[in-house]
Amino acid sequence: MSINLEVPKKFGMIVNQAQQVASEVFRPISRKYDTNEHEYPKELDMLASLIDGMNDSGEASAGARGVRRSDNGETGNRNGTNMSGVLSIIEACWGDVALVLSMPRQGLGNAAIASVANDEQHKRFDKTWAAMAITEPSFGSDSAAVQATAVLDGDEYVINGEKIFVTAGGRCDSVVVWASLDKSKGRAAIKSFVVEKGTPGMEVERLEHKLGIRASDTATIRFTDCRVPKENLLGSSEIEVEQGFAGVMQTFDNTRPLVAGMAVGCARAALDEIHDLLIEAGVQIDYDRPAFTQHAAAAEFLKMEADWEAAYLLTLEATWMADNNKPNSLQASMAKAKAGRVGVEITTRCVELAGAYGYGEGSLLEKWARDSKILDIFEGTQQIQQLIVARRLLNKTSAELK
Amino acid sequence: MAATRSKRPRDVMGLGLAALNKFASAGVIDRLNLRKPAERVVYEASRTGFRAAGAANRTFTAVRGRGKPERPVAATARGLFDLTPSDEQKMIVEATAEFAAEQLRPAAAAADDACLAPAEILKRSVAELGMTQLAVPEALGGMGGERSATTGVLVNEALAHGDMGLAVACLAPAAVSTALTLWGDENQQATYLPPFVGEDVPAAALTVLEPHVLFDPFALKTTAHRTSAGFKLHGVKSLVPRADTAELFIVAAQLEGKPALFLLESGTAGVTIESEPAMGLRAASMGRLILDGASVPPGNLIAGGDADVYADCIRLGRLGWASLALGTGKAVLDYVIPYVNERKAFGEPISHRQAVAFMVANIGIELEGARLVTLRAASRAEQGKPFARETALARKLTGEYGMQIGSSGVQLLGGHGYVKEHPVERWYRDLRAAAVMEGVVLV
Repeated sequence: MSINLEVPKKFGMIVNQAQQVASEVFRPISRKYDTNEHEYPKELDMLASLIDGMNDSGEASAGARGVRRSDNGETGNRNGTNMSGVLSIIEACWGDVALVLSMPRQGLGNAAIASVANDEQHKRFDKTWAAMAITEPSFGSDSAAVQATAVLDGDEYVINGEKIFVTAGGRCDSVVVWASLDKSKGRAAIKSFVVEKGTPGMEVERLEHKLGIRASDTATIRFTDCRVPKENLLGSSEIEVEQGFAGVMQTFDNTRPLVAGMAVGCARAALDEIHDLLIEAGVQIDYDRPAFTQHAAAAEFLKMEADWEAAYLLTLEATWMADNNKPNSLQASMAKAKAGRVGVEITTRCVELAGAYGYGEGSLLEKWARDSKILDIFEGTQQIQQLIVARRLLNKTSAELK
Repeated sequence: MAATRSKRPRDVMGLGLAALNKFASAGVIDRLNLRKPAERVVYEASRTGFRAAGAANRTFTAVRGRGKPERPVAATARGLFDLTPSDEQKMIVEATAEFAAEQLRPAAAAADDACLAPAEILKRSVAELGMTQLAVPEALGGMGGERSATTGVLVNEALAHGDMGLAVACLAPAAVSTALTLWGDENQQATYLPPFVGEDVPAAALTVLEPHVLFDPFALKTTAHRTSAGFKLHGVKSLVPRADTAELFIVAAQLEGKPALFLLESGTAGVTIESEPAMGLRAASMGRLILDGASVPPGNLIAGGDADVYADCIRLGRLGWASLALGTGKAVLDYVIPYVNERKAFGEPISHRQAVAFMVANIGIELEGARLVTLRAASRAEQGKPFARETALARKLTGEYGMQIGSSGVQLLGGHGYVKEHPVERWYRDLRAAAVMEGVVLV
């Protein structure tokens, strides 16, 4: 055991594959699907089957599927699928965040399934493309305020409610829906259910028009007396008041590092672009000489890269802990908070540094500055991450520190 | 030409006020009983002001080394990402943390006030922690551990959790022994290393910094000229720890247009030491080293003036300061958590307010981020990988967020943070150093 913060060589191929996809598939179509919001990126079907092939042969982990925690009895330090998953997300999002979010069978709902499903469900839903449906018109961050209901009737749950901001909600095969079994029992009664598309009573009502990630569809879905088999409830159906929210919230420990990775990848794209533009403009960047003795743009670059590096390593740390079965709620939220905010800071600053060129649609800098903003909002806003970190550090409950 | 902005024009009234003020403060200077009026304002303001020749209580006898210089065992390359310290590191860190909590923290306020580290503590840092010997190979009388920059980071961090000023005082001689181990030739090692592995370790300092704005360690104003008898050094080095008692310096000076490192004994003619008390790090007895034609024997140029060695020295120094800032930053976090949980306002603990709680969260987030970046740089250094980039990023983060953490620490305690009853005002002063200092400590 020795301290080492380099990515192991064994992930070289996975990282390289993601880099190739990012620069050869995503980048060339990036602007097209930003301009034509809601048009289905047909190129992704080819890519998805390619990735399925690689997954089947155990060679790749290109999305959110690899977040399942497994204890295979191995002892000692492990670098596993949580880390390789986030590494390929970073590289893929260097290409285009919105297209990554639109990748068939790589949705955040898949991460939820991977995190909390039992083995039978894991197998049954392995090939599905699952979106995540938590938010409702009346709440966002306060996910305990779920109004949607699920009532057991025979062998089926009957789901009623309206879900908004469902990423890939239009294109996915199924949706992981959060609904309450009994609203009088509070957050412990909130469970997640897999609802397959085409189930009667489930209707995609509309798609949003957005600031960024336009290649990714964001849907409103209404459930009216929508009946799903009771085996589609993920995790335990018991309402354990003691355990509270822990079951469904566990998903976030695994998905937050992924979203942090998206912000890291998107910010890296902007940093790499501005690096080359500055060099072209005759600005020299020197890691040894003090920043204040260099060009102001070089000093700004060094500051941005420092913040980027912190976000990158916090993200890797969170996945490393997951791979080693260490509790990582604190680190996952730290990663998400840092990556979310520096993602926005870096991408918007890069537009400023590049001036009119960066602001215009002729470059992707302005697009990344729009795309990055969502990464500081979904899967828990900046402020929610800070709350979680604060509660952990201060040892406070959510009732004490609201 | 742009007009000066830092001075206000003086009119008749101002002239009168200046004269009155001079008269009113005359008594203070008398009470200070300084030996002679100093040239710089700082001596008038300081209770510990002095100007003297370099300390000269030890003679280093030039010894010819045999064969080749000894180097520490290089760390082995690693495969997997891992944040777990080795068992050896855990032991060293535990002992250091205990020393910091039991020896440094209780002595910190008084040492800060006196601008002096207690001799007992300096002695114990050597006797109990082997401070100057950790990285020295066994053949040279050291502990012969694997060359480990990450161990250096962890040790600095643990020490600075106790107190940064005292940590610097303890670590200053270790930087010299580490530099000799890493880059000294066989004669330099044979001549200068033995006292550092003995019981009576000399005060010593590796000095790079100079007292001018926009200082760049790669463009020094201190110069070295070749003479028939070696080199002559001219210039002023700034914020040198334990300067008045140091017996050996490693001095950075510009030689033929390139920065290089020289071994300089403090008793050399042309060496003058002046006190230079600063905002923080006061326990380290900072001073200036004034070089007025101090001569250095030809064999005392380190590594033949190799530019790569010099750059590595600067980088390892920056990692040293980054890790000190991490330790003091952690001290701030550990101090404010119980405070904001216990302090009540408007009927409940102030930690129940997001404005307070989020400051604590951000201390935690930025500290952890900066820590990982620093560890990555150190880990690359000890594996022989390029580490200039990672070092620059670690320095930026610890400089920037270190200061922010220091400021948050005072802010969270409000008025109580501003007075010396609590240590946070000292940590505020110390943390500013992380972005300013060069050299002095090596990991």
